[in-house]
Amino acid sequence: MKVKHIVERVMNAVFFLCGIVSIAAVLLITLYMIIAGLPAIKEIGLFDFLFGTVWQSTAADPKFGILPFIMTSIWGTIGAVIIGVPIGLFTAIFLAKMAPPKVAAVVHPAVELLAGIPSVVYGLIGMMVLVPAIMNIFDLKSGSCLLAAILVLAVMILPGIISVSETALKAVPKEYEEASLGLGATWTETVFKVSVPAAKSGIAAGIVLGVGRAVGEAMAVIMVAGNVANMPGLFKSVRFLTTAIASEMSYAADGSLQRNALFSIGLVLFCFIMIINGVLGLVLKKGEKK
Amino acid sequence: MTMKLKKIAALLTVCAMGASLAACGSDSASTTAASNNTTKTTAGSTTTAGAEEEETEAKTTEGGAAPAEDLSGSVATGGSTSVEQVIGALSEAFMEEYTDVDITYDPTGSGAGITGAEDGTLDIGLSSRALKDEEKEKGLVETTFALDGIAIVVNSENTVEDLSLEQIKQLATGEITNWSEVGGPDLPVVLIGREAGSGTRDGFESIVDVEDACVYEQELTSTGAVMAAVASNPNAFGYVSLSAVDETVKPVTVDGVAASEETVQDGSYQIQRPFVFVTKEGEELSPQAQAFVDFATGDAAKELIINAGAVPLE
Repeated sequence: MKVKHIVERVMNAVFFLCGIVSIAAVLLITLYMIIAGLPAIKEIGLFDFLFGTVWQSTAADPKFGILPFIMTSIWGTIGAVIIGVPIGLFTAIFLAKMAPPKVAAVVHPAVELLAGIPSVVYGLIGMMVLVPAIMNIFDLKSGSCLLAAILVLAVMILPGIISVSETALKAVPKEYEEASLGLGATWTETVFKVSVPAAKSGIAAGIVLGVGRAVGEAMAVIMVAGNVANMPGLFKSVRFLTTAIASEMSYAADGSLQRNALFSIGLVLFCFIMIINGVLGLVLKKGEKK
Repeated sequence: MTMKLKKIAALLTVCAMGASLAACGSDSASTTAASNNTTKTTAGSTTTAGAEEEETEAKTTEGGAAPAEDLSGSVATGGSTSVEQVIGALSEAFMEEYTDVDITYDPTGSGAGITGAEDGTLDIGLSSRALKDEEKEKGLVETTFALDGIAIVVNSENTVEDLSLEQIKQLATGEITNWSEVGGPDLPVVLIGREAGSGTRDGFESIVDVEDACVYEQELTSTGAVMAAVASNPNAFGYVSLSAVDETVKPVTVDGVAASEETVQDGSYQIQRPFVFVTKEGEELSPQAQAFVDFATGDAAKELIINAGAVPLE
């Protein structure tokens, strides 16, 4: 009895420690981002930093306005969602509700594989295939632009949206659908009017996860977006929040305002992700209540 | 038995000495080196400490396998990413000769290399540009050990063969927007460059006098990416290290001078920059660091520098 008790206590402690590790990591990162990110914001001024439209970090008279990056990240994500969500959602519906088992057996692993492809490979293909194609199709002088980044991101967020939505759709109780069918609805009507609404919160969670991935992606984007600090335009060379950090960090001198400003961008990006996660939490809670 | 004891005692004294020296926060041994290679730093400090008793004892423990000139210890270097290849080749050859010396290179950019030399975190800072006057005022000195030409490359479909420095300037700043204005095809001009802080970008912009005035279409983070982008876009032109030029792109002549080793050495090719060692004035380098500087500026290094893609001094 006593031994059992001790084992129980020890195991409890072990699990508790494991739990602490991830919490500690989150806390440390949050703390670090705030400590590292605030000095530059203080020096530049919050308004000038967030709403300045010129970023010239190494100029003789440096300017640190990150509005171009913020707007690019927002537009890039919206674009990726507009293209990626319908495709992802319909793929999930197809896989969960319509596909013959044999077809599903091919499509499903393909989607999983898509999730496993490293982002640098997406970037490489984007750079070698997509960028020249955009240049030729739209008769641009250079194909590295926001559109290229949007297309790459749209493909990258697909697997997340598909797998989460598919799980949600599969979890819809059979009785709902059977009732709908029994009332004379066709299978397609049933799927769209019964199954999808019932899986709403799960699908929403998938979309939010996709948004998170699109906002946070750096490697693939840096290879196709051109990385010039312009205000966003579909055919303009643009820099995202993530790529702004990635492209300048390696050369920014330690302790310089440039480096600190990059940390501040990280803090802004961090806030974006926190907001997205908050939304995700709300969506899931709302789903539970219903 | 007594021998063994003696050996252990000797080792202990050596270790203690090294530790105390390292703890004293010696100027030459950088923090990075210390963290990277504690054991070697320790050994080095002992030899340089020169306390006779310990030194002889240390030698007996080593079994008399003393390396050439008895150099040991670490040399912490860092700075320009453009220099990395050259320094890599030089330090490899140097360490083959002096097996007890450990040279580390931290490619953090010319700016960081200069500050590192200034505040003593680096034994030798590496910069791919000459020191500015205000940096020299801080008591830093430069020793040029190699040169690097920056080639202007265009897509191989582009018919432009020669550009003047002035034309390059106008192309970079967006004053000239079509290749036909400089004798090329009727295509728009696309400048593909490097990210802010890159030594190549800094070199190009300062030599062509277009600092902070370039109209970039793409800012890429590596020489290879610039080459790939120029190779795949008929409108593009970019700047890369001379050593990186290959047949995928076409280098243009600048004011009639083709970029090559000879034209960089004799100074006729204008877009070039020096690779320099940055050290503190009046402060003596550790023997191993000094030996490395001598090695890199000596005749033996020339071939290594060429093989690494840079241009040696004449």
